[in-house]
Amino acid sequence: MSDDPRTLLALYRTMVTIRHFETLAGELFAAGKIPGFIHLSIGQEASSVGVCSTLRPDDYITTTHRGHGHVIAKGGDLKKMIAELLGRKTGYCKGKGGSMHIADFSLGILGANGVVGGGFPIAVGAGLSIKLRRADQVTVCFFGDGASNRGTFHEALNLAAIWKLPILFVCENNCYASTTPTAYACSVTDIAARAAGYNIPGVTLDGNDVLAVRKAAMKATDRARCGEGPTLLENKTYRRRGHFEGDPQKYRDQAEVAEWEKKNDPIQRFAALLRHKKILTKEIEKKIQEQVEMELNEALAFAEQSEWPHPEEALNDLFVNP
Amino acid sequence: MSERMINSSAAIAEALAEEMARDETIFIIGEDLVAHGGIFGQFKGLPEKFPGRVIDTPISETCIAGAGLGAALTGMRPLVDMHFADFTTCAMDEIINQTAKIRYMFGGQVKVPLVIWAPDGAGLSAAAHHSQSLEGWFIHAPGLNVVVPSEPADVKGLLKAAIREDNPVIFFQHKKLFAKIGPVPEGDYIIPLGKAMVKRSGSHVTLLTYGSGFYMCMEAAKELTGMGIEAEVIDLRTLKPLDFETIADSVKKTNRVVVVHEACLTGGFGAELVAKISSELFDHLDSPVLRVAAKDVPIPFSPPLEKFVLPKVEDVVKAVRQVTYR
Repeated sequence: MSDDPRTLLALYRTMVTIRHFETLAGELFAAGKIPGFIHLSIGQEASSVGVCSTLRPDDYITTTHRGHGHVIAKGGDLKKMIAELLGRKTGYCKGKGGSMHIADFSLGILGANGVVGGGFPIAVGAGLSIKLRRADQVTVCFFGDGASNRGTFHEALNLAAIWKLPILFVCENNCYASTTPTAYACSVTDIAARAAGYNIPGVTLDGNDVLAVRKAAMKATDRARCGEGPTLLENKTYRRRGHFEGDPQKYRDQAEVAEWEKKNDPIQRFAALLRHKKILTKEIEKKIQEQVEMELNEALAFAEQSEWPHPEEALNDLFVNP
Repeated sequence: MSERMINSSAAIAEALAEEMARDETIFIIGEDLVAHGGIFGQFKGLPEKFPGRVIDTPISETCIAGAGLGAALTGMRPLVDMHFADFTTCAMDEIINQTAKIRYMFGGQVKVPLVIWAPDGAGLSAAAHHSQSLEGWFIHAPGLNVVVPSEPADVKGLLKAAIREDNPVIFFQHKKLFAKIGPVPEGDYIIPLGKAMVKRSGSHVTLLTYGSGFYMCMEAAKELTGMGIEAEVIDLRTLKPLDFETIADSVKKTNRVVVVHEACLTGGFGAELVAKISSELFDHLDSPVLRVAAKDVPIPFSPPLEKFVLPKVEDVVKAVRQVTYR
């Protein structure tokens, strides 16, 4: 597989968009403009983009509490996303969901989830639905190393395996589940090794190499579309921010974070490759930065100018035809 | 519509056969469905009539319930069989946190046409893990419709309505009632959700009940007639949404109420009914509203123990005599 320069630049641009979005979200949170709490995916962009770049608009994803990147990579609307983070009426969920509950069913985004491991059963249902409808869509279930310790992981992988469902289980192993190191909490070094228990392929990847992720995801989506069943991909990456913004992070040394930032930033690595291939010139890089910033500024302005929901709207949307 | 006498299991199978023939997005998923048509024979004939649409699963209640949701979100109309209502406890995140909330927390973007079917109830010496009546838990979760039918006709009419509903429905059926026979209309018989039914009229006391409590109340009403007390029996059928209008009309007439359910007393649906009646119909009451329910212990195994814990016809009679001061 070799991607044309246009495709490569599109991948790069989406990664930059996610990074800027997350950075902006962190700033807005620090400024007290985002109520509640948020979980950022800075440093994990290669996973979201590498996987979602292989999907069609009618494919499904389930995402997590750390899900902004997945939503953006699947084509989510930045305006509606920021408006939702700010709790506004124009947000994806009219202010009822917030950061942890963004969905866009028109794009196959079946929702972020406030419950770790909550996406597995839903992804199985979406996969089963595809199979029953004899469609050729696929479902991607994003989750973290922490979620791989939940019972839902076991039930879902077993069901997907016995029914050969078109599902990619994509583990983003970012080294920590909240405050708990993966090395402490998991019985295996590689989460992908757990695939053996379900008799499905399990692949451990350099999750900060967007092209490696894309290549493996492409193979897995092809396999799924052909009816050959699920694959477990493990993207080894690193959570650069705290579990949530404001996390005191007593469980790790900040030198460790700095090391990853310096040596293993997925965007810097990809940019270096693209520069080497003479695809990313200084001019294009600058243009992309400017475009992304402009897009985000517009999205932020839209969100900030948007109305708050009326309090009584809290009573809407529970039922169809209430 | 002509009627025949059939039992509740046959009523379920008939309702589903009619609905599955009408709409090919409907499918049934759960444990042990295909070999015997469900462990209570409730889906008899369906696996043969609709190959591939009655799906056996491994023992994975969490994922069975969640898969129903995922399929409902992506164009299907599943019925999830929980095997025993007690096993909903293994899928509480999927039912309460996900299914009930998903439309709301995503701002009304999506509909959730999902039926969670759960056989409940005691009286079979099935002990503490196969005997509970858990409707109260689900009523307490905004976003779910809760249906508890009693007679076979109600089962058919309400199941057809539940299948056609675009919101999630949890549908409880008492295990002891599967074999109960009653007149059931042929063809497209639908009972809208949220409609109670006055199944016996009377002027002295209102008995509010559902599920197995219905049969208990009808028997009690017969005994009470001998004492000169005419009880009005309202089968609520759907607990959420609740048909309070039918309740209010009756209470305004009888001025006395006894609530009867098999679930244990504390925090049960009876408490909600009593609260609602006392706040909205206080001026119409001539006596405190009483509840007849199971005792607050898990359901024990041994027949004398189980019998002692469960509410009985004589408890209903006693409560009615108390509220009528007879």
